[in-house]
Amino acid sequence: MATGIKNKVAIIGMGCTSFGEFWDKSEQDLIVEAYKEAIEDAGIETKDIGAAWFGSCFDEVNVGKGAIPLARALKLPNIPVTRVENFCTTGTEALRGACYAVASGACDVALALGAEKLKDTGYGGLPDFGTMLGTENLFYTPNLTAPGMFGMVANAYFDKYGLSRDEGKRVLSRISYKSHQNGAMNPRAHLRRAPSMDVLINAPIVADPLGLFDCCGVSDGAAAAIVVPADKAKEYRPDPIYIKALQLSLTPATGIGHQSWDGIHFESTRIAGINAYNEAGIKKPREEVNLMEVHDCFSISELVTYESLQISPIGKSRYDIEDGFYDIDGQVPCQSDGGLKCFGHPIGASGIRMAYEIYKQLQGKAEPEQRQLQSNPRIGLAHNHGGICGSLVCSVAIFGNEL
Amino acid sequence: MIGITSYGAYIPRYRMNRKTIFAAMGWFNAATAGAARGEKAVANHDEDSMTMAVAAASDCLNGCTRNEVDGLYLCSTTLPYLERQNAAICAEALAFRQDIRTADFTASLKSGTTGLIAALDAVRSDDTKNFLVCATDARQGKPGSSMEHNLGDGAAALMVGKNNLIAEFKGSFSLTRDFPDYRRIQEERFSHSWEERWIRDEGYMKIIPALVEGLFKKYNLASGDFAKVIISYPGRDLQNVCKRLGFNEEQVQDNLLTNVGDTGSALALMMFVAALEEAKPGDTILLCGYGNGGDALFFEVTDAIEKARNRLGISGHLKIKKELKNYNKYLVFRDMLPLEAGIRGEEITMARMSVINREGQTLAALNGSRCTACNTPQYPKQRVCINPECGAIDQMEDYSFFDKSGRINSFTGDNLAFSWDPPAMYGFIDFEEGGRLYLDITDTELESLRVGMPVRMTFRRKFVDRQRGIYAYFWKAIPVYEANS
Repeated sequence: MATGIKNKVAIIGMGCTSFGEFWDKSEQDLIVEAYKEAIEDAGIETKDIGAAWFGSCFDEVNVGKGAIPLARALKLPNIPVTRVENFCTTGTEALRGACYAVASGACDVALALGAEKLKDTGYGGLPDFGTMLGTENLFYTPNLTAPGMFGMVANAYFDKYGLSRDEGKRVLSRISYKSHQNGAMNPRAHLRRAPSMDVLINAPIVADPLGLFDCCGVSDGAAAAIVVPADKAKEYRPDPIYIKALQLSLTPATGIGHQSWDGIHFESTRIAGINAYNEAGIKKPREEVNLMEVHDCFSISELVTYESLQISPIGKSRYDIEDGFYDIDGQVPCQSDGGLKCFGHPIGASGIRMAYEIYKQLQGKAEPEQRQLQSNPRIGLAHNHGGICGSLVCSVAIFGNEL
Repeated sequence: MIGITSYGAYIPRYRMNRKTIFAAMGWFNAATAGAARGEKAVANHDEDSMTMAVAAASDCLNGCTRNEVDGLYLCSTTLPYLERQNAAICAEALAFRQDIRTADFTASLKSGTTGLIAALDAVRSDDTKNFLVCATDARQGKPGSSMEHNLGDGAAALMVGKNNLIAEFKGSFSLTRDFPDYRRIQEERFSHSWEERWIRDEGYMKIIPALVEGLFKKYNLASGDFAKVIISYPGRDLQNVCKRLGFNEEQVQDNLLTNVGDTGSALALMMFVAALEEAKPGDTILLCGYGNGGDALFFEVTDAIEKARNRLGISGHLKIKKELKNYNKYLVFRDMLPLEAGIRGEEITMARMSVINREGQTLAALNGSRCTACNTPQYPKQRVCINPECGAIDQMEDYSFFDKSGRINSFTGDNLAFSWDPPAMYGFIDFEEGGRLYLDITDTELESLRVGMPVRMTFRRKFVDRQRGIYAYFWKAIPVYEANS
C-alpha cells in the first residue's frame, strides 16, 4: 500500500528571481540568480547536491532542449540532471522529481530549478503553439491561444451558472483586483500597478469575454528549491518546510472529444485535489488550507480552481470572491504574492515560484514585512494546470511548517 | 438516356455593393461608374475556388450516396494548385472512393461546360455511372478596373448519370477559337483583357451566335423550342444579345450580374442550376458556355425534377448574405493589401506532406471513428475509445463528421490568435449524434454566437504558406442558416 510523500521530504532553501520583461538578462543570469539565493538560504554548496531536476517548457524560444542548460549554467559536477516539461506544471514536476529522489534514498540533497525566457518571441502572449500539440493538430485544432481557451471556459461558466456578461466580468475582475492589490506590494512582481475595478472591467478584450486584466503576465524568471529527507532537515535550518502532498493528474483528452465534460471545471484539478488532500490527510480543505497559490493564468482559471479544489461550492465561488474570502486578509488568502496575474508566469519557474511564496509565508519571512500573513498559516497549497482546456495536466502540491 | 441527376450551387455569404467599390476607387477610374450597380459575391478570407467547389458539391450530393460516385471533373480558371491535382483534393474532401476518374478543366471560361460534356461522355461510355462536375471561380480584378466591379465568386455542381434523370441530355455542339479576350500567364494573379467593346462585339456577339446556330443546325432546332435559354454572357445587355438570336424575354435566364457577378467558368452552370430550380417537367433548356469558342448543350427536364429541390442551390444561397461594407476588408480577404500580420502572424508552422498523406480523409473529409462497443463517435480516429465509461481497444469503425450537425458548447472570439478577420472565433462543437470537436467558427459575427447555437460543417482554408507552396484546408463550423433568414 502506497504511503505517499507526506513528511518524507523537506525544503531547506529556496530562491526566486524577480519576474519580468528582462531584455538585458539571459537564461543563465536567471538560473544563477535563483540558484544563488537558494543555496545561500540552505547554507550548502554545489558539491553537496546529489541530483538536479530542471524545468523549462517552451524550449523553442527558451534555453534549448535537455538538462544541459542547467548543468552548464551552474557547472554541476557530473551529477544526474534531468529536464522535465509538462506544460504549466513543469516547475512543480521538477520539484516532484527532486522530492521523489530524496524520498527514495537515491540522494541526500536534490535541486529543483525552473527557468523560462519567454520575452524573446517578439510579441505578446505565449509563443505561438505551432506543432506544440503534434504535427497533425496543426490542422485539426483551431489556431488556439491560452486566453481563447479560457475565454471559452468563461462563456460556458456564465451560461451554465446564469451570470450575465456584466455580472461575470465583474466577478472575474474582482479576482484580478485582489491579485493586483497583492502584487503592488511585492517588489519582485512583474506587474505592480493596482488599477481600480472600473479600469479592470473596461479593459480591451483579449479573447471574449476576457479582457487584458483577466490575463496573467508572460514573463522571464527562474526559481529554485533545495530538498533533503525530512528527518535531516533540521540539521540545515530550524524552520524547514515539509512536503505534505505532490499529486499530478492528466485528463486523457476526454474533454476535447467527449461530451461528458461540461467545458468548465477541470476533472484533472478535481482529482489531483482529492488525491493531494488524501495524501496530506486533509479532511476539510476550506478550513484546513491556510493559503493558496493557484494557477491564475486567467481570472476564470482561478475561479474554477476555487471550486474544483473544494474551497468554494461549485457554481458559487462568486460569493466568496465578492466577500473577500481570498483576499490577503481573508480566510484563505490566494495569490498573496500577486499570483501568475501580477508576479508573472515564466512557465517552467511558476510552480516553484508558488512554492517559494508558501515557503516564505509558512516561515513567517515574507518580504517586505507588510506582506506577511498575520494568521500564522500552517498549511499552504500550490496548484498548476496546463495543456489545452479539456486535455489538461494538473498538479497540486501541499506544504506545511510542522511534521 | 443520360443526363443530370442532381444539382447544387454555392455563393459566398459576403456581398459587396458595387457603389462601395466605386466610392473607394472611382476617383482613379471614373469610367467604372457605369459598372457600379448592383452587388457582387465575395469569397471570405478562408474561401477560394476549391472550398466553393466542395460547398457546391455538398449541396448537390444532398441525398446521394458518395461511394457511388465514379468521377469528378473540377472546372475553374482559378484553381489553387498548378501542380497537385485540385480535383483530387476536392474528391478527398468529398469522401469519394479512390478508384475514380478525376481531372482539372482549366484555363478557359468554357471549362465548366466542357467538363460537363466530358462527364456526359464518360457516363455514356458505360465506364462510369455517376460523374460529378464542379465549376468554380474566384477571379480577381485589379483595384480600379471594371473587372473588379464585374467579377464575382461562386460555384455550381451537377451530378451526371443514367438513372433518375432530372434533365435528359439531348445533344451538344462545341467551337474552339483562340480568341484572346482574357489572358494570364503563370505567376500572374490578375487577368489581362483587351478592350471591353472589342470583347463584346468580336467575341460574345460572334461566337455565341455561331454556337447557337451550330447546335440548331446539328439537331434541327429553332429558338422557339426552348423554355429557357442560358447564355453565359456577363453583360447588362444580355436581353439584347438574346433578342438578336431570336429569343424572347421570358426565355432568357438571368445572368446573375446584379447579385453575384461574373463567376467565370462557373457562370454557365450556376445559371443552369438557377434554371433547373424553376424548371417544369417537359421544359427544354439551352445551355451555352462561352470561352475561347464555347459549348452549347441542350436538355429536356423530366418529371423527377420536383423531387430534386431539397437543396439551397442558387436561390437559397442568394438569400444567405451579409453585406461587406468595408472595401479594405475586401482587399485583405482577397490578399490584395500587404497587411502587417505581425510576428505572431508570420509564424507559419510547416505542414508535413507525409502527415497529410497518412491522415488522408481524417483531415480531408473530417472522418473519425465510432466505437462499436458503445457507439461513441470520436475525432480524430482513436484506437482506444474516448468514452470514460468504455475504453474499448481497437473496436472502431470509420465515422464521418462532415455531414453532421452540432451545437456550440462554448466559444470565444480571440484577438490574440492571428486571423485575417479578427477576432478568431472558435469553440467546442458538440454533435447531435455524439462526439465533440474543437473547431474554428466562420461566416458569422462574434455578437451572434451563443452557447447551444446549431452549426454545420464547411470546408475552408486553414492557412496559406506561400513560402512553401501550401494551401492547407480543413473543416470549420458555420451557423445553420435558413435560406429565408
